[in-house]
Amino acid sequence: MRGDHQTLALLLFCAFIAVTLFITTWVSRNRQGSAEEFYAGGRLFSPMENGFAIAGDYMSAASFLGISGLIALFGYDGMLYSVGFLVAWLVVLLLVAELVRNCGRFTLADVVAARMAERPVRTALGTSSVTVSVLYLVAQMVGAGSLVALLLGGTSDAARSWTVVGVGALMVVYVSFGGMRATTWIQIVKAVLLMGGAVALTVLVLVHFRGDVNSLLTTAAERSGHGKDFLAPGLRYGGDWTARFDFISLGIALVLGTAGLPHILSRFYTVPTARAARRSVVWSIGLIGSFYLMTIVLGFGAAALVGSAEVRSSNAAGNTAVPLLALVLGGGEGSTGGTVLFAVVAAIAFATILAVVAGITLASSASVAHDLYASLRRPGRKQYGEVAVARVAAGIGAVAIALGLLAQNLNVAFLVGLAFAVAASANLPALLYSLFWRNFTTRGAVWAVYGGLVPAVVLVLVSPVVSGSPASLFPGVDFQLFPLENPGLVSIPLGFLAGWLGTVTSREKPDEAKHAESEVRALTGAGAA
Amino acid sequence: MEKEAGATAAGVRLDDPWYEASAAGWGEADGEGDAASDGTPGPGEPRPAPSAAEIYLEVHRSAAFREVRRRYRRFVAPAALAFLLWYLAYVVAATTAPGLMARPVAGAVNVAMVAGLGQFLTTFLLTWAYARHARLRRDRAALDLRWDTQEMTRGLGPDLANGPGPRTTRGPGR
Repeated sequence: MRGDHQTLALLLFCAFIAVTLFITTWVSRNRQGSAEEFYAGGRLFSPMENGFAIAGDYMSAASFLGISGLIALFGYDGMLYSVGFLVAWLVVLLLVAELVRNCGRFTLADVVAARMAERPVRTALGTSSVTVSVLYLVAQMVGAGSLVALLLGGTSDAARSWTVVGVGALMVVYVSFGGMRATTWIQIVKAVLLMGGAVALTVLVLVHFRGDVNSLLTTAAERSGHGKDFLAPGLRYGGDWTARFDFISLGIALVLGTAGLPHILSRFYTVPTARAARRSVVWSIGLIGSFYLMTIVLGFGAAALVGSAEVRSSNAAGNTAVPLLALVLGGGEGSTGGTVLFAVVAAIAFATILAVVAGITLASSASVAHDLYASLRRPGRKQYGEVAVARVAAGIGAVAIALGLLAQNLNVAFLVGLAFAVAASANLPALLYSLFWRNFTTRGAVWAVYGGLVPAVVLVLVSPVVSGSPASLFPGVDFQLFPLENPGLVSIPLGFLAGWLGTVTSREKPDEAKHAESEVRALTGAGAA
Repeated sequence: MEKEAGATAAGVRLDDPWYEASAAGWGEADGEGDAASDGTPGPGEPRPAPSAAEIYLEVHRSAAFREVRRRYRRFVAPAALAFLLWYLAYVVAATTAPGLMARPVAGAVNVAMVAGLGQFLTTFLLTWAYARHARLRRDRAALDLRWDTQEMTRGLGPDLANGPGPRTTRGPGR
């Protein structure tokens, strides 16, 4: 890649960092270090602001780079991600958002632990939330790695790695100083930038084909080298039954995972009421839905204008399809338009990754401090201690950044699919049971979490993702036992089963008063924080 | 062009009904809201300071609360089942019936494309329907119950209400 791309992209990128740095210092002026402030931004965001922030948190590198890349490479099969990522929001809207807002204070564990023995439940959910966050962070850092590789093509691997590490570390610093308020504003800025970028590119693609979607699709099919098959399911997940079950597994993980993502759940606490939480979800569904419609156009656009082969040669997993599309749309390599557009898109993608890193880092530091630390230490400490721990725990981000450097050859959307599978297996069963099942007990909750978390993680470790195939993380060794890449099909039912089994085998009597209290709170908002 | 318009239209269309009805819902008593708050124990009734657990049990048993819960469940259960089945059918059809999914509908657009876009459409529609249902049929009654419950539990100590009174009385905006 040529020098002027790099300069311009780096300039824009520095501008984003400057803006977010300014936001962080601005919003954290005169702020007392209360837990309410650090975890929930004072709970005073409006539904629209929070809706943009949710969209910002959710539309990660996986969406912008990963999905479009998968569509550019595999055509229709990539579209499943768009559909699944969106439909998942109905689970959040209908079953989770309002009730979680009413019952909890800062984290997922607040909701489940409300009518249980607190310590074991908090420890379990804290562990699973941190696991999900780390997996999700790894995916983001892989996206960042692909982008940096594209931007700084000529430089050494070490330089690239240090760029990613340095920038990730910066986000960790933002979170530990600015807390939820700064993180939310970063998400809002990023969501606006990302929507703007996606709209601009989509319009350019459609203008290029003079609004003729049919010719866009036909050209995409021709240049993909697959012909008509490109527009029908089966290119990636067709063929043998293993691949087909993988597709179903992924589909289930996507639709059930969102409601178990810690950084999404914690967003509902930044608004004052359950009504406001619902309205923010309605906003975010509008934004996210239109965004995913655009990623479909961008994916087919990249196949039609860049060509699948060229996308693959730039990044084997397709993560760089959109920046390449921008280059072509602006007039091709060497032209001013191409350079500017490429730089803008690369900077937006980078901003996207950083904002999501900030959001997840905050959520995982909340899990560590509010759930793990608080339940493992003696009770009755001062609030101040917990927030201080949370600031330090933001360092989890650093661990994930290091892991992310290992996994550069995996598709971002695919990695996020794994995080979703773990979230759906470990967090969702405990959450749904505690909201809707009168007899759910402490043992049921603990079993539900570990019964989903352990199989999900173990199945990923023995899957073709980690070993046994040329495309896996450690291609040299082979300890693959499980055929599917995504564990959701097995681990999600296991999580629900374990929760049910734990509940029916425990001798704990269901406490009717506690159940009445949690149901009244959930549906009316009485006594909500 | 079309997509850009879609982006803004979706946001506006989904959110707009909110404003219109939140004004109507708060202003005057509509029949449904009243009916739902009938059985609530009033805050004025004299009783020898009950414990928090008793208050919650009482509210939980009240007709008003049961009505709110019934309305919530009657909407959510069938809706959740319907969209999950429709989504599952879509995923399974893509894997087991690729021939059907590849059948052309118009030009390059095939059944699979139509089904995928149909998922987007049903998601938007259900979001709108749920928000509307909650706003018109549930919000007011739930809010009444919330005030009544908080009124009854006031003064019972901080173990009951997580947030102090003034915090929770703030409106939905900033």
